[in-house]
Amino acid sequence: MKDFIIPQFAPGDDRDMGTPARTGAPVTLTIDGFGVTVPEGTSVLRAAAQVGIMVPKLCASDNMEAFGSCRLCVVEIEGRRGTPASCTTPVAEGMVVHTQSGKIKKIRRGVMELYISDHPLDCLTCAANGDCELQDTAGQVGLRDVRYTPGQNHFDPTDTGARSQAEARLRMPVAEANPRYTPKDESNPYFTFDPSKCIVCSRCVRACEEVQGTFALTIEGRGFESKVSAGTATDDFLTSDCVSCGACIQACPTATLQEKSVIEMGTPERSILTTCAYCGVGCTFKAEMNGDELVRMVPYKHGKANRGHSCIKGRFAYGYAQHKDRILKPMIRDTIEEPWREVEWDEALAFAADRMLGLQRKYGRRSVGVITSSRCTNEETYLVQKMARAVFMNNNTDTCARVCHSPTGYGLGKTFGTSAGTQDFDSVEKSDVVMIIGANPTDGHPVFASRLKKRLREGARLIVVDPRRTDIVRSPHVEAAYHLPLRPGTNVAVVTAMAHVIVTEGLVNEAFIRERCDWDEFQYYVDFVSQDRHSPEAMEALTGVPAADLRAAARLYATGGNGAIYYGLGVTEHSQGSTTVMGIANLAMLTGNVGREGVGVNPLRGQNNVQGSCDMGSFPHELPGYRHVKLPDVREIFEKAWGVEIDPEPGLRIPNMLDAAVDGTFKGLYCQGEDILQSDPDTHHVAAGLKAMECVIVHDLFLNETANYAHVFLPGSSFLEKEGTFTNAERRINRVRRVIHPLNGYEDWEVTQLLANAMGANWHYTHASQIMDEIAATTPSFANVSFDLLEEKGSVQWPCNDDAPEGTPTMHVDHFVSGKGHFIVTEYLATDEKSGPRFPLLLTTGRILSQYNVGAQTRRTANVVWHPEDVLEIHPHDAELRGVNEGDWVRLASRAGETTLRATLTDKVAPGVVYTTFHHPATQANVVTTDFSDWATNCPEYKVTAVQVSPSNGPSDWQESYNEQAERSRRILPAAE
Amino acid sequence: MSPEKMIMMANQIASFFDSQPGNAPERIADHLRDYWEPRMRSQLAEYVQAGGAGLKPSVEEAVQHL
Repeated sequence: MKDFIIPQFAPGDDRDMGTPARTGAPVTLTIDGFGVTVPEGTSVLRAAAQVGIMVPKLCASDNMEAFGSCRLCVVEIEGRRGTPASCTTPVAEGMVVHTQSGKIKKIRRGVMELYISDHPLDCLTCAANGDCELQDTAGQVGLRDVRYTPGQNHFDPTDTGARSQAEARLRMPVAEANPRYTPKDESNPYFTFDPSKCIVCSRCVRACEEVQGTFALTIEGRGFESKVSAGTATDDFLTSDCVSCGACIQACPTATLQEKSVIEMGTPERSILTTCAYCGVGCTFKAEMNGDELVRMVPYKHGKANRGHSCIKGRFAYGYAQHKDRILKPMIRDTIEEPWREVEWDEALAFAADRMLGLQRKYGRRSVGVITSSRCTNEETYLVQKMARAVFMNNNTDTCARVCHSPTGYGLGKTFGTSAGTQDFDSVEKSDVVMIIGANPTDGHPVFASRLKKRLREGARLIVVDPRRTDIVRSPHVEAAYHLPLRPGTNVAVVTAMAHVIVTEGLVNEAFIRERCDWDEFQYYVDFVSQDRHSPEAMEALTGVPAADLRAAARLYATGGNGAIYYGLGVTEHSQGSTTVMGIANLAMLTGNVGREGVGVNPLRGQNNVQGSCDMGSFPHELPGYRHVKLPDVREIFEKAWGVEIDPEPGLRIPNMLDAAVDGTFKGLYCQGEDILQSDPDTHHVAAGLKAMECVIVHDLFLNETANYAHVFLPGSSFLEKEGTFTNAERRINRVRRVIHPLNGYEDWEVTQLLANAMGANWHYTHASQIMDEIAATTPSFANVSFDLLEEKGSVQWPCNDDAPEGTPTMHVDHFVSGKGHFIVTEYLATDEKSGPRFPLLLTTGRILSQYNVGAQTRRTANVVWHPEDVLEIHPHDAELRGVNEGDWVRLASRAGETTLRATLTDKVAPGVVYTTFHHPATQANVVTTDFSDWATNCPEYKVTAVQVSPSNGPSDWQESYNEQAERSRRILPAAE
Repeated sequence: MSPEKMIMMANQIASFFDSQPGNAPERIADHLRDYWEPRMRSQLAEYVQAGGAGLKPSVEEAVQHL
């Protein structure tokens, strides 16, 4: 999918170069009299495009390999016979090419005539009118006539010789007499498939294979009967394996595959580049507009994270931004038992400010705090933590990274010296062995998964460490060399056993370690990890991983070439989450897999700006740039910039805030863009904490679950309505651009500023870029970042400063940020959350492709078609023991609480393990999870909860009472006249 | 926070540093200073003063360094 060495003729120019770029030695040739030098292996078609000569084509595209079927791109080459297809003909030194001649023109017109003879002439009423490559190419080749009389075709349902479907409807309104005609498939909520317009160029099939890697589409039949098919004869697009990534639609040169939004709204007339607000991949999109209407989101080919690809969420699931549930007016209420009262901004802000100031006067300055959002921009997050530090005058600031990647911050900080993934996403193209631990990229980070799968199809080997048999373990043309299905909670044991194999079998990269790491610490670590008790054989009974497989996987990682580790929340959300992160870093250092392309340690961040929210000082112990608040020289920087004295003591983390609230010492919270009641563990405890507070300010798009306990609701703005930046999992700072005017009147950073000023702050930012300027002025790793630089470069990866003026794609190249890399002993300590007679199963939670986090966004889109409710995955053996059948309601209970949901039987989970998602508040899966957490960071242990599953008749009493309370809490009184 | 939760969290920290080279109580104290908000540290210190039942010895010693 990546188009190497993409020439950008002008900013935003994303013309199709015809075939992928190559990287060989330079070759010079002449095309239509113009000299051009391109890398060896480049096609003649692409070389022509490079000098601005766009040879007509229909089956070629620069994000997939040449196919050579349409025969429109034929050229003449001096000294060669015939008219070769330029897409499949590589350049040669001294070659002389002619792209236009009488002969070529005649061939192209003839080919085009054949295509058009089986294509309806409905151009004026076609959804692709003005955006149709077939139409454009017909014009380009000078097609002026179609000499064939109507005969067998795929587009005329009546078989009466109609040349358009409009004409066919007039001739015979109801009949379908043409056996070759297939009606439009409208099953997918986002796009249609109209076979009558298909020219069978195979671009959709190839995009599904080469770009997405799903292999859902195929060409069925032969010759004139050939047609695109999504799966078996009984499948439509919705029931097929299609994952709605949109790659086929983008590839389609006609209206055969067409977005429903374009059908409804018309062809877009302009576009604005922005960044997706879903996962941590951070895809760049063109928001294509008609006036102020967003028509569609199309992945941008020069986007450096996604390289022109997308997933169902970023491509289609943006409708929540204009959903009827959006709250656009501020609301207040004295108590959470009262209905909401719509008020003007001034009244809401004054109400909120008075309450927060009053609480601080009454209970002390540390009695209030903030939660920043990993879905908001860097600039917004920075201002919210600044509010805690410079307005509340404490460090009670935390972010949802607390419940996902805070152990990454701790673990990588202690070993490598900074909290960040080491690579860019392009790096995977150089990997020989990829180890995925506790991550499910095909669902959680689908665009990265597509890039990974492409590399795996090229021959890279895969190791998956996961209790579940996730899709990446085995999917079309991808199969893991080793899947280590460990018992939940035994990550440290597995990672340490791998290190044992590497050390005891002499597979360490001693030269790397001597040069780059602390040698004394390494020797101590070797003594520790070499002990027999860490061997795979000794650990097998504990982890459930066959020793032979673990040994083989460790050998492969250590000796298979460039070894890269990608991990997710299956690593961090454990009582030893931080220890596992350190163990992973140990593995990379042991094998020298740090500091170059193709290797590294890469946390796959869950939300779009988890990295950024952490960078921006959202944690209660760190100021922006991961610098501890205890350091006087760091505080001094911000004290000078902000004109306040900064508290040198760490503040409360989210779980600590809730504990302190229950204890009566934490009374007020400003929560931006997070729904802690649904997303955080042990719902009963979260609810108790929120209920105990005297002022909860929720700043969000919707009345989320947390808002049930709020006193002030400040309407938020979606990513389409604001200026700013997101930082993705590869540390890439991408611009977010305002596409439509904020529906509530303000961007989120403006609302924070209004609230701060209502409390006396006197801030006066007038644009998000000024906030980034302040970040750059105070944070060394962002020193050279500015909106101007981002306009120029598109994006940059931090550190971006005088040492790295254009950013840092790969970290720790010559040395670790901390100087030497630190090996840290990783003693396995079993979690206290243990299965037993009362709760014999282990629950682990996660997400699926179509939904995102608490579902606040995706549940308000057509994505619910794929996932209307959370279900419990249970192994057939465990289900049989409990009398549970497919689709039955079951009661899921732990020591923390219980809920009910439907069961699905699958061997993706091992016996003894069950799995569910947490996307739907009706389920509230987190009522079951406990308050156990990572030892270093308090990151909750979502991935291990001892549970029991039993048949049930339907929703539990708790679910019913919760729903009643939520409904009562969401009553809104209209604004006073 | 509940005493049980505090004891568990403190003991988890101790379990990690007990496994590491160096002076565990000092490193536990460093961790508590760096990551525990003052009222949490006070609660722990008061608990230790009241006998510290259930706490690992290295936690009790660490509190002396706070």
